[in-house]
Amino acid sequence: MSEVILLLLSTALVNNVVLIKFLGLCPVMGVSKSVDSAFGMGLATTFVLTLAAAASWMLDNWLLRPFGMGYLRILTFILVIAAVVQFTEMFIRKASPGLYRSLGIYLPLITTNCAVLGVALLNVEQRFSLFKSLLYGFGSALGFTLVLVIFAGLRERVALAQVPAAFAGAPIALVTISLLALAFMGFSGLNV
Amino acid sequence: MIAILSLTLLGAVLGVILGIANRLLKVESDPLEEELLAVLPGSNCGQCGFAGCAAAATAIATAASPTCCSSEGTPLATLVTCCPPGGKALAATLAGKLGITVDLSGVAAEGPRIAIVAEELCIGCCRCSKVCPTDAILGASRQIHNVLREACTGCENCVDSCPTEALVMRPVPITLQHWVMPRPLAA
Repeated sequence: MSEVILLLLSTALVNNVVLIKFLGLCPVMGVSKSVDSAFGMGLATTFVLTLAAAASWMLDNWLLRPFGMGYLRILTFILVIAAVVQFTEMFIRKASPGLYRSLGIYLPLITTNCAVLGVALLNVEQRFSLFKSLLYGFGSALGFTLVLVIFAGLRERVALAQVPAAFAGAPIALVTISLLALAFMGFSGLNV
Repeated sequence: MIAILSLTLLGAVLGVILGIANRLLKVESDPLEEELLAVLPGSNCGQCGFAGCAAAATAIATAASPTCCSSEGTPLATLVTCCPPGGKALAATLAGKLGITVDLSGVAAEGPRIAIVAEELCIGCCRCSKVCPTDAILGASRQIHNVLREACTGCENCVDSCPTEALVMRPVPITLQHWVMPRPLAA
């Protein structure tokens, strides 16, 4: 049990996928204008990331490795991720049209979110078991959602603040997220 | 060989799953609504009182649907004439699409209008270009602005923002590039 919690903590905080590994920055910059849509995006990415991590583990261990087709890894993973994203898009469109509209183009773009592919490939590299890779995917997605929501909250505050004209808009957002990354560096002192 | 087979099989399986999911999770969209949205200007200027052209199309389609009770909500005849940038031509098109007859005498008849900058009044303050929903206004700070005729939808947002009243709405000027032969009158 403690191993599970430790793995979740280390993927979500210590090795945060956005702020420490610098993966998946596009949706973090793009969908962080409001906390609500950021949370929705986080949930959608969590679903995709966890499912893709498990599916890519199964494909890798049951299909690619036994037949020595490691060179097809990226291709098959992208195929699976694209299918999962398509499914998520259909589901969100059915379940919550408002969220579907607020996520807009960033929903299909989860396919090209490098965090999703990156976590699947890291799973393969570290030779986790199926359960562990599922946890690894889920923990990374938790970290992604956490950063997205925190950053959206910060941006909502920054939008009301007086920002020098040269920094208004994207520059101040980049400065903010770099400070957030500095703050997350503090977690690397955690001994997990 | 096994690489080709496995990829093909993977693609086929995923395709079948997605196809089934598409059937199960189908969202019913009103074909009339899409047709109406295609006719509306699409500049989302908000003069109709709805949140944008899509919302206006939804409202018109809902009012036109047979299940909607006609006693409550805005009547269909008022909704059809709700778009000022579209003018009389749009109202007539909408009424034609819905198969109703509407009294169009109250609608401004001069046809589509676009904004034009009076160059002797413009001070180059850039306020108008910020409120333009279609980015139709050209101009930098302290330069005389100009309106791109093809992009302007006549939403009149810029008229109120101009401190020197340099923006005026005029009927679309006809030039050699824009003139089209008038349609022959129906016999």
